[in-house]
Amino acid sequence: MLDKIEKDKSPRLDLYGHTFEHRLLLGTARYPSPDILRQAIENSGVDIITVSIRRESARNPSGQRFWDLIKNLNKTLLPNTAGCLTVKEAVTTAEMARELFDTNWIKLEVIANEDTLQPDLFGLVEAARILNENDFKVFPYTTEDLGAAEKLLKAGCQVLMPWGAPIGSGRGLNNVYALKSMRSYFPDVPLIVDAGIGAPSHAAQAMELGYDAILLNTAVSQSGDPVKMAAAFSDAVHAGREAYHAGIMEPRDMARPSTPVIGTPFFEIDNDK
Amino acid sequence: MKIVLNGKPVETDTANLEEFCDSLGFSDAKIATAVNGDFVPASRRRETNLTTDDRVEIVSPRQGG
Repeated sequence: MLDKIEKDKSPRLDLYGHTFEHRLLLGTARYPSPDILRQAIENSGVDIITVSIRRESARNPSGQRFWDLIKNLNKTLLPNTAGCLTVKEAVTTAEMARELFDTNWIKLEVIANEDTLQPDLFGLVEAARILNENDFKVFPYTTEDLGAAEKLLKAGCQVLMPWGAPIGSGRGLNNVYALKSMRSYFPDVPLIVDAGIGAPSHAAQAMELGYDAILLNTAVSQSGDPVKMAAAFSDAVHAGREAYHAGIMEPRDMARPSTPVIGTPFFEIDNDK
Repeated sequence: MKIVLNGKPVETDTANLEEFCDSLGFSDAKIATAVNGDFVPASRRRETNLTTDDRVEIVSPRQGG
């Protein structure tokens, strides 16, 4: 039991045998400029950043410029399969990403529909099974569904990434009860809230629930000042983690004075009661 | 012959995927490839012959969340 507690209190995030200081994972999309992206990553101190692959143009090879920027940041890369609607697309995208980024880590997205960007849990489990059998380290973007989570673990995943809310919505934690249940149900599985985070308070709330890390993008990149916001999220994630380990008080229905009652001036005992 | 590159039809007389990538100026570029939905590693581009109506995907690193 003591070992478990000590492990849980470790300041380091353990993902597939690699440990990291920072519990915020940051996306690289939709920043106002490449330089602001670079500053946001450097200023927040994150260890892991997410990237993607897209069609390259011979006339305007923008991917090469992005690669030059990213490789110089010396961060751990987590490529995604964003936009994939089928198992086949996701698996092929993951294979291309593995060669491009020279990593077997993959943030697996199999999207059910383009309006909600909700994960297709059936396709997700099948793609995860195929990728795990081919030596990938899969980070599945999923929901809070415990049945799907168990199937993902059985398929070989060692990390789960439930959504807080739909991608890019900034709505925070839509289903706190379900996220709490997931944390309780899988006490030893690294759990990362991925998607839907809008404000640092959302990130802190997830960490206070005992989540291991937060993955976000739009909340930083589309903020008024992405560099400052990345640092704010970094602080919030740290604060939430510290609070979780400090032990948050249970809420009460009634008021209870924080200042001691004994010794209050002018206090008189009502002898009639 | 006509093939489909990244969703658009193009004409090429190159025999294999490696030659095709070279013809586009991607010889030293950071790219990955797929043909007809299947990943083709860089080491197998030369032995991957192209035929009419093949669907070729050439991708590169990009921003992602």
